[in-house]
Amino acid sequence: MVPISYYIILSAILFTIGVVGVLIRRNALIIFMSIELMLNAANLAFVAFGSVLKSFSGQIFVFFVIAVAAAEVAVGLALIVEIFKSKRSIDVDQMSSLKG
Amino acid sequence: MFFAEPTQSGFFFLAPWLEFAPVIGLLINLIFGRRFNEITVGTVASLASGAAFIVAVLLAWSVAANHGEVVRWYLAEWIHIGDLQLDWTFRVDSLSTTMMLVVSGVGTLIHIYAIGYMHEDVRFKGDTGRYPRFFVFLNLFIAAMMILVSGDSYMMLFVGWEGVGLCSFLLIGFWYELDTLGQSSWANSNAAKKAFIVNRIGDFGFLIAAFIMFWNFRSFQFDQVFAAAETVAPGVILAITLFMLVGVAGKSAQIPLYVWLPDAMAGPTPVSALIHAATMVTAGVYLIARSAPLYILVPQAQYIVAMTGAVTALFAATIAVGQYDIKKVLAYSTISQLGFMVAAVGMGAFVAGMFHLVTHAFFKALLFLSAGSVILGLERGHHHAEHSHHTEKPNRGRKAKREEHHGEARTEHVEAFDPNDMRNMGGLRRTMPTTFWLYMIGTLALAGLPPFAGFWSKDEILADAFTEGFTAVYWLLTIAAFFTAFYMGRQIWLVFFGEPRHEAAAHAEESPKVITVPLIVLAVLSVIGGALNLPGVHTFAEWLEHTIEVHAGEFVWSVAIISTILALLGIWISWLIYGRNPLKVGQPDPLKERLRPAFTGMENKWYVDELYQAIIVTPFVKLSQFLADVIDWKFWHDWFHETVIVGTYNWVSNIALNRYADQRGIDAFANGLAGVTQWLSATMRKIQNGFVRSYALSVLLGVVLIVGYLILK
Repeated sequence: MVPISYYIILSAILFTIGVVGVLIRRNALIIFMSIELMLNAANLAFVAFGSVLKSFSGQIFVFFVIAVAAAEVAVGLALIVEIFKSKRSIDVDQMSSLKG
Repeated sequence: MFFAEPTQSGFFFLAPWLEFAPVIGLLINLIFGRRFNEITVGTVASLASGAAFIVAVLLAWSVAANHGEVVRWYLAEWIHIGDLQLDWTFRVDSLSTTMMLVVSGVGTLIHIYAIGYMHEDVRFKGDTGRYPRFFVFLNLFIAAMMILVSGDSYMMLFVGWEGVGLCSFLLIGFWYELDTLGQSSWANSNAAKKAFIVNRIGDFGFLIAAFIMFWNFRSFQFDQVFAAAETVAPGVILAITLFMLVGVAGKSAQIPLYVWLPDAMAGPTPVSALIHAATMVTAGVYLIARSAPLYILVPQAQYIVAMTGAVTALFAATIAVGQYDIKKVLAYSTISQLGFMVAAVGMGAFVAGMFHLVTHAFFKALLFLSAGSVILGLERGHHHAEHSHHTEKPNRGRKAKREEHHGEARTEHVEAFDPNDMRNMGGLRRTMPTTFWLYMIGTLALAGLPPFAGFWSKDEILADAFTEGFTAVYWLLTIAAFFTAFYMGRQIWLVFFGEPRHEAAAHAEESPKVITVPLIVLAVLSVIGGALNLPGVHTFAEWLEHTIEVHAGEFVWSVAIISTILALLGIWISWLIYGRNPLKVGQPDPLKERLRPAFTGMENKWYVDELYQAIIVTPFVKLSQFLADVIDWKFWHDWFHETVIVGTYNWVSNIALNRYADQRGIDAFANGLAGVTQWLSATMRKIQNGFVRSYALSVLLGVVLIVGYLILK
């Protein structure tokens, strides 16, 4: 039986990679993938805790998260396509029209 | 105060018709007068007044049938507040019915006379449309006078008192845009205002008397006041009676408030006869007679009233000697005769006073109306003479006449001819014989020659003064009687004898029957009126005895002989001066040469108007101007309002509110808020760099902070 701490550490590593990815990468697709990475890190923690605590709640939560992530990707990719159409680029640093 | 009298036999239920009849008459003329012709208007008004006379006769008969019992006829509730219980109640007794008979009887004759008089007057003045208005006012006067004489309380009396004052004002100012010569001027309306204002002073006295009365007796009702009067201090009664005398002096034209009556002659002559000779001005005498139980309690007040009357009688008689206006002579004569009446009722000779009131109403109405007839005769003669001179003058319609009325053309038409001026008359006995004889009867009655009415009533006053110990009053009145005979003689010689001094007098025409017939009735009354109260018979005294405490006056032969001799002497002297050598055209009054300063004084009314002007009117106007210009305008408006209030307001709003509260308080707060917001947003906008990743970093930092806090707490 793998101890729970391993799962948590893995989840934290994955989440950190996601965060770093969002912060340092400028390609919108990569940022998306990093967000997916963070979501899945959270999913992993949910499932791990679910199994330890013998509860289905964690797994049910994960299903919701996956569904919402799918919806989010759909909307996000649509936005990226539209941005690309107008800017010919998906570099997020170019999208600074709302600069104060 | 409800009088559940047992049902009286008689016509007492008709009492309200004393007032309703003239009111109906005036309403008919008010509404339809413009559409009626003149005869209809006059007939309606005369019938209304005649109906009141018939009611008065029936009431007098009923009083006699009930042996003089006082009957109060309750008509309606008027004011009921606390102790104040006032009702519209008619008091029918021998005193009030006497007044009703005089008012409605003489009033009706004057209504009939006015049909003829106003017919010509409106044409000479050029405004026929004003004819119905005159009769509306005349009926209103009868109604108000009836309220005055029939009221059962001082307040009801006061309503009538004010009502007749209003009618007097309206009728004096009947030709309000003209003067007595018929020229455009405010003279007539000023005369009306003068009458009204002087009467207000009198009314003030009456009101004060009424208030003191109510304060002490809690009632205005005659019987209750008289019953309570004996229980209070004499000082209260003295105050009441003296304040009441102020009212009497105003309404009955006594010193010092008589000045309005001569000016009131600006009204048409029937008005002078009805209101300013026969009825309204006697209201004061009636008031004192009505208040007899109060006056009897305070001999001092009686003495003051008697002296007021006596002094007025002599004073006005001397002024009458120096007047040239035929109506002014009669006006001062009226003041003088009112002085006789006031002196009489002041002395407690209520019968003599009321008796003289009645006979005076007859002969003075006769004199005034005859004077009106003379004036009209002169106007006719003047127009006749004018038209014979200007035969080429186109026959202009009434409308055109009305228009020239205010314009220049009118002066050319009239040339300021004064038909009232006795110097323009002379020789009228040939051209106006009927009027002459009527005037003679009136004159002899006024001069007090037996057997005319004036002799009996005047003599009774003199005899009462003589026997009651009012020596000063007796002598004043006797001398006044001499002057009366003199000025009336002067008037007769000036007006009817000698040669015409103006072509208008030469062409004067006699008046029509509608004018002379009422005069004949009055002349008959002036002759036989004395029979009311012949010495030894005392019909009138017995009649009044039912209402007021009276003592039958004795007939004193010496008094009668002295006054008759003096009257004859007065007429004889006037003949010596004016009759033997008739006045020539342009000649000054012969009396003027003989007693120059005295006559100038009489001629100028002893400068009383000027004196009042100087000591009352001018200071009053000055005071008003001072109050208006200095106190009101300069002090209140300029200084207090403009400087203090507006200045303070400006200072408060400018400095305190604007500079400090608004600019430094509210504005600073608002601006500070805006400044903070600006500064904050300028600072914060730097965070908004538009880079998604820096936002993500701040989100991360936030999460770290929150999670760190949750973990470490």
